[in-house]
Amino acid sequence: MGSLKIENVKKAFGPVEVLKGINLEVTDGEFVVFVGPSGCGKSTLLRVIAGLEDSTSGRVVIDGQDVSVTPPAKRGIAMVFQTYALYPHLTVKNNMGLGLKQAGTPAAEIDRRIGIASSMLSLEPYLERRPAELSGGQRQRVAIGRAVVREPKLFLFDEPLSNLDAALRVNTRLEIAQLHRRLKATMIYVTHDQVEAMTLADKIVVLNAGRIEQIGGPMELYNSPANEFVAGFIGSPKMNFIDGARLGETAKTIGVRPEHLTVDPKSGSWKGTVVHAEHLGADTNLYLDCEKAGLITVRIFGVYDAEPGATLYATPDPARTYRFGADGKTIK
Amino acid sequence: MSTATRSLPRTIGAHAILLTYTAIALFPVILVIMNSFKSRAGIFGAPLTPPTPKTFDLIGYTTVIGQGDFIHYFQNSLVVTVASLFFVLLFGAMAAFALSEYRFRGNSLMGLYLALGIMIPIRLGTVAILQLMVASGLVNTLTALILVYTAQGLPLAVFILSEFMKQVSDDLKNAGRIDGLSEYTIFFRLVLPLVRPSMATVAVFTMIPIWNDLWFPLILAPSEETKTVTLGAQLFLGQFVTNWNAILAALSLAIMPVLILYVIFSRQLIRGITSGAVK
Ligand SMILES: Nc1ncnc2c1ncn2[C@@H]1O[C@H](COP(=O)(O)OP(=O)(O)OP(=O)(O)O)[C@@H](O)[C@H]1O
Ligand SMILES: [Mg+2]
Repeated sequence: MGSLKIENVKKAFGPVEVLKGINLEVTDGEFVVFVGPSGCGKSTLLRVIAGLEDSTSGRVVIDGQDVSVTPPAKRGIAMVFQTYALYPHLTVKNNMGLGLKQAGTPAAEIDRRIGIASSMLSLEPYLERRPAELSGGQRQRVAIGRAVVREPKLFLFDEPLSNLDAALRVNTRLEIAQLHRRLKATMIYVTHDQVEAMTLADKIVVLNAGRIEQIGGPMELYNSPANEFVAGFIGSPKMNFIDGARLGETAKTIGVRPEHLTVDPKSGSWKGTVVHAEHLGADTNLYLDCEKAGLITVRIFGVYDAEPGATLYATPDPARTYRFGADGKTIK
Repeated sequence: MSTATRSLPRTIGAHAILLTYTAIALFPVILVIMNSFKSRAGIFGAPLTPPTPKTFDLIGYTTVIGQGDFIHYFQNSLVVTVASLFFVLLFGAMAAFALSEYRFRGNSLMGLYLALGIMIPIRLGTVAILQLMVASGLVNTLTALILVYTAQGLPLAVFILSEFMKQVSDDLKNAGRIDGLSEYTIFFRLVLPLVRPSMATVAVFTMIPIWNDLWFPLILAPSEETKTVTLGAQLFLGQFVTNWNAILAALSLAIMPVLILYVIFSRQLIRGITSGAVK
């Protein structure tokens, strides 16, 4: 009851092509996350799915029905925005109920659904308040509630947590995960945040400059990135990229994740000096300037004492080293 | 407020400057109102003193109310101003919404065309307007004035309002679209309330020139039936004798309605002018 198919969707604003042919299939009940650098077209793609923006070419199919020319309200979707976008003149209750009221749903049914949604999101004490009288976290929960009461085939989230502070973000993230489990609804979620993407997604879509770079589960993207871009985008701190020629390799670029390097004060593959050390408690990030490999990041689990200027040897795990060709693609 | 800006000499200085400015700005108005309550001899004998029991005289007001159909002129002015204001705000806001919200071919050209009217005074077209009104039989009707003033006020209204409408959150409008609101509902229920302060700003800037205008009432609607207050006050301005009592009384009365409208809008106006400056 909530599948989505996007066929060769292109979108241009005047001469600028923002989406350059997107193909994607989402099955019922899936949680799909769009990630990508700022300006790559994530929001634009989401707005095309919602019908807020017409695609220049291509088709959007929801539940087997071509909705390319259907207005947003008739597509069976609900959207949660980064800026909450609550109606300032309506109470929480009316904010949640407006869409149903417009669709002509009986008042009793509206009340029932608002009741369920507000208990799910612990919004009962605030039903009679206006958005201005709520905190940021409460507002975003109302926005989510407004989406829930519509019982849509497809939930669309555009960076819903990026206006919240760190602690609240974690809580609301949990709430969204629980919501997905309870409703078993199809959700599409746009974010900048790696952690959100990795923790929430069944499937991650990595976008770059209007193209899909790779689609896959979080671990699939982490373990076998299709190309250099995905390898660099997924994982934090970022993967180290080393010029293959400097290491005497045939591949154009060699990639090693910071957590797949070990250090030793006496011996190892790459000799380097510590430039900077970040102590995070649970792990330590070392920045090493190596003779052979250049500036690299090493992530060590637990506490590791290293003074800037000290000499260390870094050794990559050979089984978890990635090789990329001149076209950026991973060499298997 | 930080304590640094509260030092005593600064406060006194700032207040002195503001009070001086207020006094200068209010002086003519107070002079008019003061003298409107005096006898003719009082006005000429000591124009700068407030009315004393000796010089106090309501002759101006009795003349105004007795002679000519002043209440009627007032009505005309009010009808013309309020109706023009309504149309300027309605059509101005709608045009501004279309320009700021929809991408269509020639959008920016259309915006420029609509804004052109700010730079070209409508009075340059007086002859053509008069011919138009004669041809359509609208001479000596209030409709003629309302049409002209609506045209006169629209360019500035579109220009200012479209700037403000661009700032209204896209997400909010999109949320409305997803909830199935029509574009009209989005405009009237979501966008208009959010740009209310700028509407008030536009209202005040539009209203005052209309209320004070003498040119178009004189040319398009000089009949007894359609005279406005400003035109009516000319009655007392003779080539040889001028009835100063009556003129001053008429002017004092003419200030009142604008003042009332201004007070209604001013709370919003201050927010409109300072919005953006302070969050
Ligand atoms: N209405 C528009 N007119 C012209 N260009 C636009 C318009 N909307 C978006 N763009 C352009 O399209 C590109 C993609 O925008 P989009 O908002 O989809 O990016 P995004 O991936 O969501 O970025 P972010 O992560 O910063 O939100 C950007 O380069 C942007 O400048
Ligand atoms: Mg975005």
